[in-house]
Amino acid sequence: MRLEGKAALISGGARGIGAAVARRFAAEGASVIVGDVLLEEGQLLADEIRESGGEIAFTPLDVTSESAWADAVALAIDRYGKLDILVNNAGVIKRDRIENETAELWDRTMSVNAKGVFLGTKAVLSEMKRHGNGSIVNLSSTAGLVAGPATAAYGASKAAVRIFTKSTAIQNAKLGVRANSVHPGPINAPMMHEIMEIPDKLANNLARVPLGRFGEPEEVANVILFLASDESSFVTGSELVVDGGITAQ
Amino acid sequence: MRLPEKVALISGGARGIGAAIARRFTVEGASVVIGDILVEEGQTLASELQQAGANITFIHLDVTSESSWADAVVRAIDLYGRLDILVNNAGITKRDFIENETPESWDLIFEINAKGVFLGTKAVLEEMKRHGNGAIVNMSSSYGNVASPNSAIYGASKAAVRLFTKSTAIQNASFGIRANSVHPGPVNAPLIQEFLPFPEKVRLLEEMVPMDRLGQPDEIASAVLFLASDESSFMTGSELIIDGGINAR
Repeated sequence: MRLEGKAALISGGARGIGAAVARRFAAEGASVIVGDVLLEEGQLLADEIRESGGEIAFTPLDVTSESAWADAVALAIDRYGKLDILVNNAGVIKRDRIENETAELWDRTMSVNAKGVFLGTKAVLSEMKRHGNGSIVNLSSTAGLVAGPATAAYGASKAAVRIFTKSTAIQNAKLGVRANSVHPGPINAPMMHEIMEIPDKLANNLARVPLGRFGEPEEVANVILFLASDESSFVTGSELVVDGGITAQ
Repeated sequence: MRLPEKVALISGGARGIGAAIARRFTVEGASVVIGDILVEEGQTLASELQQAGANITFIHLDVTSESSWADAVVRAIDLYGRLDILVNNAGITKRDFIENETPESWDLIFEINAKGVFLGTKAVLEEMKRHGNGAIVNMSSSYGNVASPNSAIYGASKAAVRLFTKSTAIQNASFGIRANSVHPGPVNAPLIQEFLPFPEKVRLLEEMVPMDRLGQPDEIASAVLFLASDESSFMTGSELIIDGGINAR
């Protein structure tokens, strides 16, 4: 198993990509804490994974709250004795043109997607430095690399994650803590569902993908597994694009 | 096993990173053809892995020769029935300032590092398209993304590989063929062997790396394995930088 003996904390882990990561990590031998604001879905997922033999606990986690992060990290350490892996996966999206977006929407997007990553990273660093080993995987997006038609605030928040990840990597490289970002393209997960329900939008989005399809959450989970595990031991400050070829052209 | 029933061709597979890839691939269940101009080292490696139970064959391969590539592909298909994975790993380097470099040096480095990738890709595409499945992993370098202090030509050749990989990905996405590049930083492998007798020079290399150490061939092999396997099924045209953080700052 590829995460034998590792303890992992996954934000936004109740559904979508985060849930796929939780399932994959548990199957690879990790002890997992899933944090989310979606209490019911998170609890159901934890029950499901536990019934199939995984070691997992759910905890309420609002990534914009420093004290919620402190509680989640304390739970991981209480339960598993340490914390090796943090996946900053929680995120929100709202699609509109700049002139229709509000200051409140900007604040909300930045607060969850960008500041949430900062708070999560800050919350785990002292524990990871203490045992000289840690891997932080941050969910950015292809929208953090190139502009989308209606994702200006979302894209800006994901671009912030991209560079914040590199700073995390550089500041902690000598302390045994790695940090890398993952940049999914369109994935068959809750953030894309509003698009997938509208045939024209679905067709337009599919046409952008050289592989001709959306990715599955499991395909993103595989990438996160690679970055979280010791297989990527010389990879830090890197960005892994998982987009079926969109940004290569 | 992560490469069950896959057949792989690895150029420059006799030593260094290529040899680490060959070892890792066979352990993960792949049948492997290693091609190299280093006949003795290649045969010794193949014999060693055969004795450990692996399906592996060595073939003389000059990556600058189209007919040599054709022979290697035919050999792989004859022996193992098909070809799923190509790792364009063969490469050379030469370190000097631009004013001391010669056109002959430019030509040789480009012939092997860049044109060799083109010829290898061209040689396998038909077979990969025939069975609608293939993964091409090209060895670029972290110095194909940012300038190195003293290897301008090497860096230019590796930048060529970076973009050629993305073109390969885009042109073949609809045929089930993926192509991605790997970008190692300084790795403890033959390309830096001229430094190894001089601890102070090795130290200078290490100090360029935020992680403060050289990479190991196995750490590059892990990344190549990930990109060669079906785990990376939604990744194409991407670049995976494995440089201990060099590119992040």
